[in-house]
Amino acid sequence: MDDDEEHKDGGAAAPSVIDRYYTRWYRADMKGKPCEDHCILQHSNRICVITLAETHPLLEKGRTISNIDYQISNGCSRLNNKVSGKSKRGGQFLTEFAPLCRITCTDETQFTIYSCIRGRLLEVNENILERPALLQEKPSTDGYIAVILPKFEESKSITENLLSRDDFEKLVAGRDAAQAMGVTQQS
Amino acid sequence: MLPLKEKDKAIVGKLLASGCCARCVLRFCCIGVPDAYRHGRRETLRQLRAFAEENHDCQNVGQLEPARKRSRLESEEAADEDEGVCVVCLGVLQHLSDASQAVQIADAVKKEKYEVDTLVLSISLPAQVCVRERSCWLPPCHFDQRSPRLARAKCGALGRRDVVQVKEAFKWIVQGPLARELGAVAVAAKSPLEVSVCFAHPETDADCHFLASTCPDCFKVSKNKQSAFTRMAVAKALEKIPDDKFLERSPRPPSRPSSGCAPPEVRCVHASVLAAFGARGFNFSSSGREDVDVRTLGNGRPFALELLNPRKSQLSPESMKNVQQVINASSEKVRVRDLQMVGRDAASRMKEGEEEKTKSYRALVWTQKSIREDDVAFVNRIEDLRVDQKTPLRVLHRRALAVRQRLVHSMSADLLDEHHFRLGLRTQAGTYIKEFVHGDFGRTKPNLCQLLDTHADILELDVESVDVDWPPALPD
Ligand SMILES: [Zn+2]
Repeated sequence: MDDDEEHKDGGAAAPSVIDRYYTRWYRADMKGKPCEDHCILQHSNRICVITLAETHPLLEKGRTISNIDYQISNGCSRLNNKVSGKSKRGGQFLTEFAPLCRITCTDETQFTIYSCIRGRLLEVNENILERPALLQEKPSTDGYIAVILPKFEESKSITENLLSRDDFEKLVAGRDAAQAMGVTQQS
Repeated sequence: MLPLKEKDKAIVGKLLASGCCARCVLRFCCIGVPDAYRHGRRETLRQLRAFAEENHDCQNVGQLEPARKRSRLESEEAADEDEGVCVVCLGVLQHLSDASQAVQIADAVKKEKYEVDTLVLSISLPAQVCVRERSCWLPPCHFDQRSPRLARAKCGALGRRDVVQVKEAFKWIVQGPLARELGAVAVAAKSPLEVSVCFAHPETDADCHFLASTCPDCFKVSKNKQSAFTRMAVAKALEKIPDDKFLERSPRPPSRPSSGCAPPEVRCVHASVLAAFGARGFNFSSSGREDVDVRTLGNGRPFALELLNPRKSQLSPESMKNVQQVINASSEKVRVRDLQMVGRDAASRMKEGEEEKTKSYRALVWTQKSIREDDVAFVNRIEDLRVDQKTPLRVLHRRALAVRQRLVHSMSADLLDEHHFRLGLRTQAGTYIKEFVHGDFGRTKPNLCQLLDTHADILELDVESVDVDWPPALPD
């Protein structure tokens, strides 16, 4: 019902495909790095799409991406990932803190994007290699990082360590309030 | 004999106090013995109460003599007085599964005069039964509110999957009396005759309403349905809503309903084809398929049935026509045409045609930016557009990952307002239309979002025609 409302005024920012079929989960301050928030979109069929949360520093205005590297170590590139058959044989198995890629900006800052959940890597987004700007223009859709298939028996438990959308929004609101305080104290 | 364990004692007490009927208590205690449900419900309730009240260790209630020596009549009256309508099954496992109900179901079947020796029972329940059920099996109702962690651990051991379904318990209770009532007809797991028993409850919308505010996306009011709270939609919302949110918004224990379900509507559906050939079963195949929310219009979709172990192998054209008429008369929802006997080769030709044939669709599309006539003209000019589709995320869990090339032969857009248009498409079979419109995270290239440079989404989709020249049309 609300979907239709949203559609009628036409101005809604989020594509509703995500609202309809996916649940948003978040990992805030990844590995203790402030604001490096990840967003995990879980489809009702348990497949997860790893994306940058809107609050990730990479999406701040003025940042330009210079390089995206799926080669996470000398021996391992996510680009070599191949799955075959219905059972997705051969995909790399990832744990929560497995790096997916490293992203470097023109200002020399570098960010690592992590898997956030346990599961089999199905694919990484090669489109962002050709057009890094996609990551910043459409972080929650065309600028996704990777697709992961959790084990069937873990499809519920993988989200236990993640924040729900409500919890994440509360956390961000708290963060903004703390920042506002800091600003007033300085001035 | 109630096969209850000492550890069930606390649960039994809590559930009875919450307003669950005796048989629902058995279900939540995961009692999978059909006979346990077939005893008189008043007697079962009395035994459960005695079990919950008694203090010492005891393995099995059934071994106990009733503590209080009331006369049978006296205890039944007492039970009736204070049981009330069950807060979970809404009466389905109470008076609605009594012997008199079995008689009514049997009467509905007899009226149709089927000549069959088996039937299969299918039960449909009001949507809020699963809502009410969830507020019962969530731990804090069963266990100590102060230690949810412990409760969760225990609940995990209990295993929600072992809880006996209302439908299952209903069948266990009713099938014996129903079969006796019908004489030579047995209630089986599979049968060409399906007897569906549909329960409805006046408070479904009120009970489910809170789900709409938490999961608005699950509920769409459609003009064909009376209520947005269909069982499918409610089940989907329940899957999405996390436990803590659910507990916040749903009364626990569930509120006492003001009435039980109405007497069920009983409908009989007979698998005419199977009956006509005296077949044991069938394999169904069709020329492609669609998602559940996509209608197939026009002349419909070719399909074939392979009959297993038919006792007849030929039927005259007149008899076939008869079967078709029976099918078409049996329901408002299904129509078949050109029903005929075909050989195995014809069926495989239908399958082969899947890749080459074209299909016509009509979609309702929403766009974020407002679109103008020149956008429409641009779309209408597109011809034989080559599209690369990665296996859509929505089916990727059960299909291999691959990139498939498909052709969109032509499109015709019809502007409805600045954010909506009707889109007609003629495509190569096997094209995923929804993904072609919304792009599937850029995994279908190009897609309509890219072509129009905006977010776009598909709101409705119908198949207008499946352009395959099979089977041969028959004269009317
Ligand atoms: Zn009940």
